[in-house]
Amino acid sequence: MSVVTLTINDKLVSAQAGQSLLSAIKDQGIDIPTLCCLEGLTDWGGCRLCMVEVVGSPRLVASCVTPVAEGMVIQTESQRLTAYRKMIVELLLSERNHICASCVMNGGCELQSVAAKLGVDHVRYDYLCPDLPMDASHERNVMDPNRCILCTRCVRVCDQVEGAHTLDVMGRGIQQRVIAGLNQAWGTSRSCTKCGKCVQVCPTGALFKKGATAAEMEKQHDFLIWILDGREKKIWRWS
Amino acid sequence: MTTTASNKVRLATAWFGGCAGCHMSLLDLDERLIDVVGLVDIVYSPVADIKVFPEGVDVTLVEGACCNDENVHLAHEVRERSKIVIAFGDCAVTGNVPSMRNRLDRDQMINSVYFEGPGKPPPTSVLGHFLPTLIPKVLPLHQVIPVDIFLPGCPPDPERIWAAIVALLKGEPVLLPEEMRSFG
Ligand code: SF4
Ligand code: SF4
Ligand code: SF4
Repeated sequence: MSVVTLTINDKLVSAQAGQSLLSAIKDQGIDIPTLCCLEGLTDWGGCRLCMVEVVGSPRLVASCVTPVAEGMVIQTESQRLTAYRKMIVELLLSERNHICASCVMNGGCELQSVAAKLGVDHVRYDYLCPDLPMDASHERNVMDPNRCILCTRCVRVCDQVEGAHTLDVMGRGIQQRVIAGLNQAWGTSRSCTKCGKCVQVCPTGALFKKGATAAEMEKQHDFLIWILDGREKKIWRWS
Repeated sequence: MTTTASNKVRLATAWFGGCAGCHMSLLDLDERLIDVVGLVDIVYSPVADIKVFPEGVDVTLVEGACCNDENVHLAHEVRERSKIVIAFGDCAVTGNVPSMRNRLDRDQMINSVYFEGPGKPPPTSVLGHFLPTLIPKVLPLHQVIPVDIFLPGCPPDPERIWAAIVALLKGEPVLLPEEMRSFG
């Protein structure tokens, strides 16, 4: 396996060729905010929170979808990066109805915690307040597009881990939505195995178990690594 | 921050479209309230029954979103007459629960609640005359007036409020740690 050498935050480090910049950064113990990224799923590059500065390039790059390269010099923290990361979170909060106090994931939501971490204590944009319909037709789960940040984690886990590909994305801009089947009521989809993987990986309250009330839902993202380790490496952690 | 003859900070609290939970959380400072009262004069508050928002206020905590024309009017008075305005709680900071009406049409909503619903409707003459008129869209405070400090939380728990008060009384900037600045 060939090795490349690059500089991360003024420190010379080595990484494997082909490795993503984000995983090389994480290997150094550096914390970087992400929302669409989840270990066990393919990288998507959708939320752009993991962007970094690459010396010599005016563009900021999403580190999850940028491979490491020999001699690369990058910075993971700067005023410019923080300003853009805050802006992204504010735009996500203003696009739909993220009213934390009435959300099943209050206290456990990744969008909420990323906002607090970045110091987003208010939103400078107009709240758009679209009227998006909830889908409660599923026997076990509910989908509330008003909480959705279109990270596609649910779409990817349903396709890549469950193998059902019940979920996908439809439309553009503010009207963009996660749909089941060919935009049918989720409960009428015949491909959905009701496995609940999509609910467990969703970072917000957009997908939740039926009957969960405000601040009640807990999600276990680590189940994914547990399944994949068992499936691919035959390592089963029963405890 | 001592400007009055009594050397006390002139503190006001205002209540717009909110559930009073943020004011309750303020009262949950419990025995620390005694320290606060020793250092501040409460010059306007829903708990003090003062009719007119006074001049020369040092700090005003505003609970609730701007939902009607009266809230908007008072917001401007608060801004003109206070040195520091704090958006107090999620309703003031984001619009929160009151803003859940924003995806609905205001007039249709008033009709279905007051005129088509069960019970006797209020006489049309009181709407917009004795009762404040709802503005078309519920707004967070900073979209109506400039805000100096944001204290998010629904409600902000007493520790957050205390952290902000301590910083203000010391004349320091209010910089809440991560765990004290989440919404919800
Ligand atoms: S429950 Fe399972 S099969 Fe159904 S949509 Fe979610 S991940 Fe896909
Ligand atoms: S439903 Fe949840 S997991 Fe799916 S795209 Fe929306 S936020 Fe992401
Ligand atoms: S922020 Fe929460 S506690 Fe405060 S007024 Fe609004 S709903 Fe009530």
